[in-house]
Amino acid sequence: MHHKSEFVIVANGLTKKFGNLTAVNNIELRIPEGVIYGFLGPNGSGKSTTIRMLCGLLSPSSGTVRVLGLRVPEDVEKLKQKIGYMTQRFSLYDDLTVNENLQFMGEIYALPRRHRKERIRDLMMRFNLEEKANQRAGTLSGGQKQRLALAAATIHAPRLLLLDEPTSAVDPQNRRDFWEMLFGMAEQGTTILVSTHYMDEAERCHRLAILDQGELVADGSPKELAEAIAVQVIEVSAIEPNKARAALHRVSEIFSITQLGLQLRVLLPRNIQAAEQLVIERLQANGVDAHVRSVQANLEDVFVAVTEKHHEGRMA
Amino acid sequence: MKSLTRLFAIMHKELLQILRDRLTFGMIVGVPLLQLTLFGFAINTDVRNLRAAVADEANTSLSREMIADMSASQVVDFQYHVDSPMELNRLLDAGLISVGLHIPADFDRRVQQNAGQAAQLLVDGTDPVIQGVARQLTAMPVSFDSRVSPRNIALIELRNFYNPERRSAINVVPGLIGVILTMTMVLFTGLAIVRERERGNLELLINTPIKRTELMLGKILPYVVIGLIQVTIILLLGRFLFQVPIRGSLLDVFIVVLVFIATNLSLGLLISTVAQTQFQAMQIAFFFFLPSILLSGFMFPFHGMPLAAQYLAEILPLTHFVRLIRGVMLRGADLNLMLTDILALLLFLGVTLTMATLRFSKRLD
Repeated sequence: MHHKSEFVIVANGLTKKFGNLTAVNNIELRIPEGVIYGFLGPNGSGKSTTIRMLCGLLSPSSGTVRVLGLRVPEDVEKLKQKIGYMTQRFSLYDDLTVNENLQFMGEIYALPRRHRKERIRDLMMRFNLEEKANQRAGTLSGGQKQRLALAAATIHAPRLLLLDEPTSAVDPQNRRDFWEMLFGMAEQGTTILVSTHYMDEAERCHRLAILDQGELVADGSPKELAEAIAVQVIEVSAIEPNKARAALHRVSEIFSITQLGLQLRVLLPRNIQAAEQLVIERLQANGVDAHVRSVQANLEDVFVAVTEKHHEGRMA
Repeated sequence: MKSLTRLFAIMHKELLQILRDRLTFGMIVGVPLLQLTLFGFAINTDVRNLRAAVADEANTSLSREMIADMSASQVVDFQYHVDSPMELNRLLDAGLISVGLHIPADFDRRVQQNAGQAAQLLVDGTDPVIQGVARQLTAMPVSFDSRVSPRNIALIELRNFYNPERRSAINVVPGLIGVILTMTMVLFTGLAIVRERERGNLELLINTPIKRTELMLGKILPYVVIGLIQVTIILLLGRFLFQVPIRGSLLDVFIVVLVFIATNLSLGLLISTVAQTQFQAMQIAFFFFLPSILLSGFMFPFHGMPLAAQYLAEILPLTHFVRLIRGVMLRGADLNLMLTDILALLLFLGVTLTMATLRFSKRLD
């Protein structure tokens, strides 16, 4: 008899190789119950592959996975009734109506007939799909399709929801609404694993793992990550940011400069003393007029910092 | 119970999709209608009115009589009268005629002496049917007197069983059931799962508790119904348009048809587990389709083929079906007499269905 784990997902040394390519390399995961857990990373960082291994769609090359206490991929068929999965691409039937799609999914999960009806009515109300009930799914807008997909993925009230870049085809307003729904579900005890490459979405997660080139390079709450990174951020406001950029370009201590409108976000290692002074002197030496100040690191800085360091480590 | 719910869910969904996809629905009804009328009227092994030319260098009463006899048979239609065999060659090369008759100047003498051949028939050998017809023409009797000579009475009497009027439709229609079913059934199921894979539906489905067998059966069963509808259309049209008889029991016909439908569907499923795109599925289906039509005995007599081709044909379900359906419909044969063909179909069904189920994986790698 195994004791009840407080973690919904536990992965040890999870690795996936496709031929010579290592898509996911030695990932360790501990995902607690009832949180929204984010996978943040650029395209090709191994987010989708990891999610697919967690729900048994792909079998790992090495490493072990336990989801809701069940071994994956060995016991994956028992798991399928308990998890919901939303693919990156809309994967319900375009030629069926909203109602028919939900009916179909309800039958596939073998919900009892009366319960099924109630559940579908409830979901359509919650996801604002009532007016679209008899419209073919193929003719829905991006946001509506995504709400339908979420409704279908949660029709059997799963304890764990895996969402693979759910908002990639949706406008900002719909993205906000979508996250409100996720928070609602998390409050009711559903654990949600969501992958994204949007920084603002990652910031809303309770906990977060940053993936880069198949490796997990940092994890923690967004705040923890921002505090823990060994980086300081200098904000440079200039009329001519291009000139400022050119002036700072060859300072060896600076490892990243990101432009945001008229501002530059300059990242330096935390152990550099008087970094602000260093930047000011450099700008003055090149005759660039600019306002310089130290600011708090945000998640984007964290992301840039950890992936940058990761690449350096690889080159060394 | 849960299993049944899931099975019905797949079947229901599949039916909705079939009814909504106008092209698929059109094919279900259109293919049998079109093919039956087309093949039924067009395939005609009883050849008439072949375009022909004659070069009559003899121009005697005897030669003219022979030309008239040939014309009267209606097998050839002499559209050209030319002067030399060279011109016959030219017409053949140009494709203007299929048959050329050359009667040499010493025709009468040759016939009288009864030494060797008296005239020459030039035939377009690119068409096997025309060759056969030419052979008939060479058997035409020519003699000086109109008295019936003993040789004019055929040595062997021909009695045509099962199709005394020699109507092509009777030969064609039962086999055509098999051809149409092979074409539509293999293609429909071949596409059915590949389409889901292409559109991404499969990734969602394999993440649900659905089982492989439920998915496979749910995909196949709706098409069984469709196959039966198609067969009913063909049988009715065959009966009322071409007067094709059903001499055996209707139950036997449908038993044979049902086994054959299941065989084709499971082959389609197997194809769909191999093909990655709908286009590939279609290619594989056609790769299978062509030998089926040519080798099954539908087009050419089975035992007339080389032995190797016969062995190959035994692997094809259509071969066994053509035998069975002709037996039941035209000869009124008892199914018990043709158990080997039924067993062959069932064996094919078992093997392909097992392979398809084993090959279909609920994983992506």
